[in-house]
Amino acid sequence: MKCDHCDNEATVHEVTIKDGVNVERHLCEQCAATEGLAPAAGPVELIKAVLESQVGPRSDGCPLCGTTFDEFRHQTLLGCPGCYEAFESRLAPLIERAHEGATQHVGRAPRATEGAAVSEAARERAMRVMAIRRMLDEAVSSEQFERAAQLRDELRRLTGEGAPR
Amino acid sequence: MLPGSTPGGPWDPDTGGTSAGVGGVEWLRADGPDGDVVLSSRARLARNLAGTVFAHKASRGERQRVLDVCREAILGSGLASRVAWLDMQQCTPADRALLVERHLVSKQLARGRGGPSGSDPRAAALSLPGERLCVMVNEEDHLRVQVIRAGMSLGEALDGALEVDDRLQATLSFAYSPRFGFLTACPTNVGTGLRMSVMLHLPALRITGEIEKFKRAASDMNLAVRGFYGEGSEAVGDLYQVSNQTTLGKTESMIHRDLQDEIIPRFIAYERHSRAMLAGKRAVMLADTVFRSLGLLRHARLLNTDEAMQHLSHVRLGVITGLVRGPDLARVNALLLLIQPTHLQRSLGHDLDQDQRRRARATLLRARLKDAGGDDPGESLNPGDQNGGAGPGTSAGGG
Repeated sequence: MKCDHCDNEATVHEVTIKDGVNVERHLCEQCAATEGLAPAAGPVELIKAVLESQVGPRSDGCPLCGTTFDEFRHQTLLGCPGCYEAFESRLAPLIERAHEGATQHVGRAPRATEGAAVSEAARERAMRVMAIRRMLDEAVSSEQFERAAQLRDELRRLTGEGAPR
Repeated sequence: MLPGSTPGGPWDPDTGGTSAGVGGVEWLRADGPDGDVVLSSRARLARNLAGTVFAHKASRGERQRVLDVCREAILGSGLASRVAWLDMQQCTPADRALLVERHLVSKQLARGRGGPSGSDPRAAALSLPGERLCVMVNEEDHLRVQVIRAGMSLGEALDGALEVDDRLQATLSFAYSPRFGFLTACPTNVGTGLRMSVMLHLPALRITGEIEKFKRAASDMNLAVRGFYGEGSEAVGDLYQVSNQTTLGKTESMIHRDLQDEIIPRFIAYERHSRAMLAGKRAVMLADTVFRSLGLLRHARLLNTDEAMQHLSHVRLGVITGLVRGPDLARVNALLLLIQPTHLQRSLGHDLDQDQRRRARATLLRARLKDAGGDDPGESLNPGDQNGGAGPGTSAGGG
């Protein structure tokens, strides 16, 4: 089918009912854009659109990894699993839009096994590392160098690595 | 040869781990269900280690730790009889490009975070033989488990991926919340973390001008449609990857059943209907399209990739509709891979500039399609007498 306005193939089709009469429009992508009829957007575009429409406090960050909501808005990537909790109220509407209105997971849950229980200790250790890293960043930025040194030692003890980020 | 680690030993890209050449690569086999339309099915699970920052936010040390933990879990959990561990930092740029062309790792994993220097801890674990399972480590998520099957086999792909998930969870604890499910770096993957896709060959829908309707229908059903090279790529060779976008609020089996039983069969039927229509009412036009492309591939001296892919698409349609005799589907499928720049260079054993590649590609295609030929079904028919034709997906000769 040809576009109503030009010779291109019509790919955007709109049916509206006006005074009880069906009014059809068949447009190509370009003419549709000109007429303000956008083609369906993917989930990343939807998230960006919701993010751009959101206003509110933006400077607060995730207590575990320090990612701010602004950073997320920019990258559309969260910093750590804890971000889902930290930004839950602001994330929920855009997750809902990206997933056809779904707000609740219904698929499989992690397998509780002996091995997984063992790695619970590793998980706790990793959470501690994230928290220390965050405190260290704050200590450095507020020039509390003595505290920063203590935290760095603690981090080194936990991870075996040198200075972080 | 790429570096590989025990227990799998090295990966040999020339065979895909089998003695059958790249024809041994799972997604190039043409004998899967509905293989005339569906090249391959894949299931991908996104997983992240609990209590660990996501890969893009992690320091190099943390990424190395994730890599070490995952390497131990992957190699220690008997995911396949042989698993090759491909450390991206040890691979040459050409090796990484080969893996990307093979659809085994993403461009993002190949590129890494540190740019071309490659000093960024990340890896891929590959099952051998057949390359049916590939686990990417430190891509956008800590783990991306992918299982690939030939033809329309989403159920087998899903079962394979969930089994890997179970085995990995014997030693790894994944980030999870009761509300949002498995937690991923991008919220578009949250929930099941499951992306299922099929690679469809839709030449007849393109020739009949119906391809935009297919794309719109897919989009209306909240599916993503991508080209042969994945995200952001245009369709070349009439090949389209179709995948679910919704990962939350549906169980794994709901996502699977929607695609396997409802959606993809409609697309397959749509393409076959168009093929049958072409082979019936427009048999001369179909034969002309197929044999022009075959003639070009059999005689051209310089070919770029996209051009070769487009003509191979027509030849593939010719093989399916019984017009082209000689090569079988598996050989044509293998050519889709062998004409890619890095595979071409590898087969010749040295780097080639763009002009040399165009020449080498044409030479390869002439050699591999030397025995291809066929009868034009239209020649013996009167213009108004072309109703016999190939049935959907059969190899009937078309009159």
